[in-house]
Amino acid sequence: MTLFQKRKAINTFNMAMCVATTVFGLFWLVWLLWTLISHGIGYIDWEVFTEITPAPGNDGGLSNAIVGSLIVTGIGTLIGAPIGIFAGTYLAEYGRNSKLAALVRFFNDVLLSAPSIIIGLFVYEVIVVTMGHFSALAGGIALSLIMIPLNVRITENMMRLVSDQMREAAAALGIPRWKVITRIIYRAALSGIITGVILGIARIAGETAPLLFTALNNNFFSTDVLGPIANLPIMIFQFALSPYEDWHHLAWVGAFLITFTILALNVLVRLVLRPSK
Amino acid sequence: MGDADATLAPRKKTVSAIGDRVFHGVTATSALIVLALIGGIAAALVVGAWPALTKFGPAFVTSMDWNPVTDEYGAAVAIFGTLASSALAMVIAVPVSFGIALFVTELAPVWMRQPISTAVELLAAIPSIIYGMWGLFVFAPFLSTYVQPWLSSALGDWPVVGYLFSGPPIGIGIFTAGMVLAIMIIPFITAVMRDTFEVVPGVLKESSYALGATTWEVARSVILPYTKTGVIGGIMLGLGRALGETMAVTFVIGNAHSIPGGLFYPGNSIAATLANEFTEATGEIYTSALIALGLVLFVITLIVLILARLLLLRLSAQEGQ
Repeated sequence: MTLFQKRKAINTFNMAMCVATTVFGLFWLVWLLWTLISHGIGYIDWEVFTEITPAPGNDGGLSNAIVGSLIVTGIGTLIGAPIGIFAGTYLAEYGRNSKLAALVRFFNDVLLSAPSIIIGLFVYEVIVVTMGHFSALAGGIALSLIMIPLNVRITENMMRLVSDQMREAAAALGIPRWKVITRIIYRAALSGIITGVILGIARIAGETAPLLFTALNNNFFSTDVLGPIANLPIMIFQFALSPYEDWHHLAWVGAFLITFTILALNVLVRLVLRPSK
Repeated sequence: MGDADATLAPRKKTVSAIGDRVFHGVTATSALIVLALIGGIAAALVVGAWPALTKFGPAFVTSMDWNPVTDEYGAAVAIFGTLASSALAMVIAVPVSFGIALFVTELAPVWMRQPISTAVELLAAIPSIIYGMWGLFVFAPFLSTYVQPWLSSALGDWPVVGYLFSGPPIGIGIFTAGMVLAIMIIPFITAVMRDTFEVVPGVLKESSYALGATTWEVARSVILPYTKTGVIGGIMLGLGRALGETMAVTFVIGNAHSIPGGLFYPGNSIAATLANEFTEATGEIYTSALIALGLVLFVITLIVLILARLLLLRLSAQEGQ
C-alpha cells in the first residue's frame, strides 16, 4: 500500500466513524421517543385529565399531578423569569464590562450546570426547614433557581445582539437609559427573551430532583401552594418504581405527556421565535 | 408659559433620574442574587453537614460504612460509584460527540447540519426521569439479554479488562448507569465542540486542504490543535453534568452500598443516595450525613465546572471577543 492509499484509507475509515457516531447519537432519540409512544399513547383517555391518581388496582387519572405540575412550574417561572431577565439586563447594559458583571457571568455559567439535586437540598435547608413542611411554594422556588441562570444567559446574549447604534440614537434624543432599555432594547430583543423563558419552562417542567425534597407529592387534588402538591415528575418516579402494573401504565402516560409537551415547546421556539442568523 | 416650562423641566429630569436609579438597582440586585445563590448554597450545605462532619471528621470521605442502624456513615462507596459511572460515560460520550461535531461541521451537506444539530439538542431537552424510566424498563433488560452476556464471554477471560466486565448480567448497575449517562451528556459535549469547530478560520483549513491533506488530517492537525481549550472545556462541562445527574442514575444504578466488583455490579452514586434516602432519613446524624454527601458532590462538580468555564473563557479571549 502506498502512503497515499494508506492516508486515504485512514481518512475513509475515520469519516465513516463520524457518520456512524452521528447515527449512534440520533438512534437513542428515536428509541426513546418510540418507547414513550408505544408505552404511553395506548392508555391516554379522558380519565387521565379528569380523575386523580388512583390507589393500586383502581381506575384513575393524573388530573391532580397535571394541575400540580402547572402550578409548580408557574411559580418557578413567575419568580425565575423576572430575576433572570433583570440580571441578564444588568450584564448586557449597566454592568457590561464591569468586574462584577464578569464575576456574575462566570458563576451564572457554573450554576447553569450545577446538579439540580443540590438546588433541592439548598431549598430544603432554607425554606422547607424554616416553614416546617413541604410545599408547592418551596418546589416552585427550587425550580426558579434552575430557571434563573438559563434566562440570564439567553437574555444577555439576545440584548447584546441589538446594535449599539440603536442605543446611541435613543440616547442622542435625550431618552433616559432605563427607557431606552425597557422601550427599545427589550422590544428589539423580545423574541429572544421570550425564547429564553419558554426554554426555561421546558427545562423546569420535567425536573424531578429539586422537587423531591421540596414539593414532595400528594395523592389528592390540591391547589394549596403552602402544602405538598402532586406533580408529574415525582408521580412518574413513584409509580414507575412501584410493583403495580396499572401504576406503570399511568407513569408511562405521564412520561409521554411531559416529554412531548417539552419537545413541542423546544420545536416551537426553534421554528417560530429563533432569529435567523 | 415660561414659568410652567421652568417648573416642568427639572421635575422631568428628577423623574428620569429616579427611574434610572430604580431600574439600575433592580437589575443589579438581580445580578447579585445569582452570586448570592452560589454562596448561599455552599453555606447552607456546610451548616447542614456540620454535625456529620464534626462527628466523622475527614474519615467521612474514605469510610465505606453506610449504616443507619448504628449511625455510622461514610461517603467512599457513593463517591466511587459517582466517579466510576461518570468515567464510563466519558469514555463513550467523548469520541461520539467528537464524531458528531466533526460530521456536522465538516462532512454533512449544508441542508443537513441544522436538523441534525437540533435533533441532538432535543436529546438534552428530554427530562432526566424519562431516561431513568426508559433505562429501567427498556434499556436494562436489553443490555442484560443481549449485550452483557456477550461482553462477559468475549472479554471476560482477558486480564484486567475481564475483571471490568465481570459480574451478574442483571442489567442494573454501574455499566447501565454509565451508558445512560453517556447518552445524556452527548448533546452537551457535542454542542460545545460544534461551536468551537465553527470558529476555526476557513483560511487555515483551506491552506492545508490545498497542501493535499485529507479531511481527517485537517481535523487532527488543524481543527483539534486550534480548538484544544474549547474541546477540553466542553468535555469538562459534560463531566460536570454526568457527576451530578440524579434521576436517571437512581433508576438504573442498583442502589447497593458496596464497592462494586466490576462494571456489571450494582453500586450507588451520591445523587442517587440523596434521591432515595433523604426524605426517609430519620435522626440528625443521618440527615446531616446525607447533606454532607451533597456537599462533597457540590465541591467536586464546582471544581470541574470552574475548570471548564476557565478553559472556555480562555478560548473566547483567544478569539478576541
